[in-house]
Amino acid sequence: MTEARVAGVGLTHFGRHPNRTGRDLFATAALRALDDAGVPRGDVEELNYGNFMGALAEHQGHQAPLMAEAAGLDCPATRYEEACASAGVAVREAVRTVRAGDADVVLAGGMERMTNLPTDEVTEALAIAADDLFEVRAGVTFPGAYALMTTAYFDAYGGSRGDLAHIASKNHENALPNEYAQFRREVSVEDALSAPPVAEPLHLYDACPITDGASALVIVSEEYAEARDVDARVAITGTGQGTDRMALADRDHLARTPAADDAAAAAYADAGVEATDIDVAEVHDCFTIAEVFAVESLGFFAPGEGIRAARDGVTTADGDLPVNLSGGLKAKGHPVGATGGSQIAELTRLLRGDHPNSEHVADAEVGVAHNAGGTVASAVVHVLEVAE
Amino acid sequence: MTDQFAGDEVRADGGESPPGNAGHDEWLDALADGDGYALVCPDGHGSLPPRRVCPDCGSTALSREPLPETGTVETFSVVHVPSPEFADDAPYVSAIAEFGPVRLTGVLRGVEPDPDAISVGRSVNVGVEERVTDKAPLVAFRPVDAADA
Repeated sequence: MTEARVAGVGLTHFGRHPNRTGRDLFATAALRALDDAGVPRGDVEELNYGNFMGALAEHQGHQAPLMAEAAGLDCPATRYEEACASAGVAVREAVRTVRAGDADVVLAGGMERMTNLPTDEVTEALAIAADDLFEVRAGVTFPGAYALMTTAYFDAYGGSRGDLAHIASKNHENALPNEYAQFRREVSVEDALSAPPVAEPLHLYDACPITDGASALVIVSEEYAEARDVDARVAITGTGQGTDRMALADRDHLARTPAADDAAAAAYADAGVEATDIDVAEVHDCFTIAEVFAVESLGFFAPGEGIRAARDGVTTADGDLPVNLSGGLKAKGHPVGATGGSQIAELTRLLRGDHPNSEHVADAEVGVAHNAGGTVASAVVHVLEVAE
Repeated sequence: MTDQFAGDEVRADGGESPPGNAGHDEWLDALADGDGYALVCPDGHGSLPPRRVCPDCGSTALSREPLPETGTVETFSVVHVPSPEFADDAPYVSAIAEFGPVRLTGVLRGVEPDPDAISVGRSVNVGVEERVTDKAPLVAFRPVDAADA
């Protein structure tokens, strides 16, 4: 089996681009990725494109051929949809395609356009990642669902809004030097605690922003990289995916994310690594509490222990295990269908040494990306390693 | 026992009945009449309709069992930023409560929308009420005084 390598990464600025079309955003990311890889676009054999709510935001279905055209690609193109994990599964399928020998070069990533809609319509659009009959009609919003999980976590294990505020503050600080981040400003623990409530116990700075943006990765086979002398030092050595019951009420536990446990176990086994081997992580912190679930599912902390990780300095930039050095979804932004690709792009930059925060992980060799859909009814985990 | 293939027949009338969500609509009507039920497989796993197989074990032998009269709040949130359908309902209390073999998701009414006024473990009953915003049916919990239950 050949190894899948990341030959190039491309991101747009994440933020408010209400006048830029989805096709323009994705073309920007794709061209940057191809340029970063030094791979001619004619070598791309497949496009795996992630998108969640384009039918609502742009009244545009059937987006994959549109995005292939926008990126100047002439190859089979497929859209992947798994809510906020859409790009994660697009990347996973690219890895599997390359490993299977079905293609040597796959462009994978995603795009989401959100800020052209008013906030209440975005809230409604995001809610469709939940069970329409039993959750959305019963008053569950996307922040509301994570708030239900937060109350359950606090009840089961303890923890406080102050613990969550440290996660927000950490991720905002990490985003300061990141040229692609939506929010490059500090948020203090006090700022987070005094912000207005969205769905209690979650307040404004517990939530990621509404974001436009795109991500793209050029995934190549090891043989292609060697034959074409392409610099592809970072390998995707592990991929795993997990699924859980759609509605939160039907889960075994309201304060854990077993789909991510399963995805992590599969990805670690695939890569032949353990949680203790991981040097740096990009995780799906759509809400501060989601980072807690992520670091527990990834095996860094036992259930109930992850809540204090940021406060105790373990997951800060200078901690033993930096989490979300990009700023995370929280501060870098969360263009839903692009996020999974952007996490791997940021992790690649961190491991290659060309990320503005690479200095904090100068000796890092193994990274992990954790991408979740809905209230983690879907989860995708990838292990990245410096190959040479 | 429910027929696992019920509703799959070719319709002689060309399917002219109004569109809906068969199974779910019927369940909501039953809940409104005080006859709420769960689907339960022989191993005791509970689920809600429409369902043809038990999502836990794959059994197709699903029976309707009445919900207990009283449930227990397992988690809640006071929602301040609603979707458009709940614009005039906010702030409201979103909650998940255990009723025997299933958990139900709904809105907790009859309490102040204040986290300090609510607690996990609170006893509630369940029925169908109207959404403030558009009068659409809504699964609603009401607190039950434990001493009266």
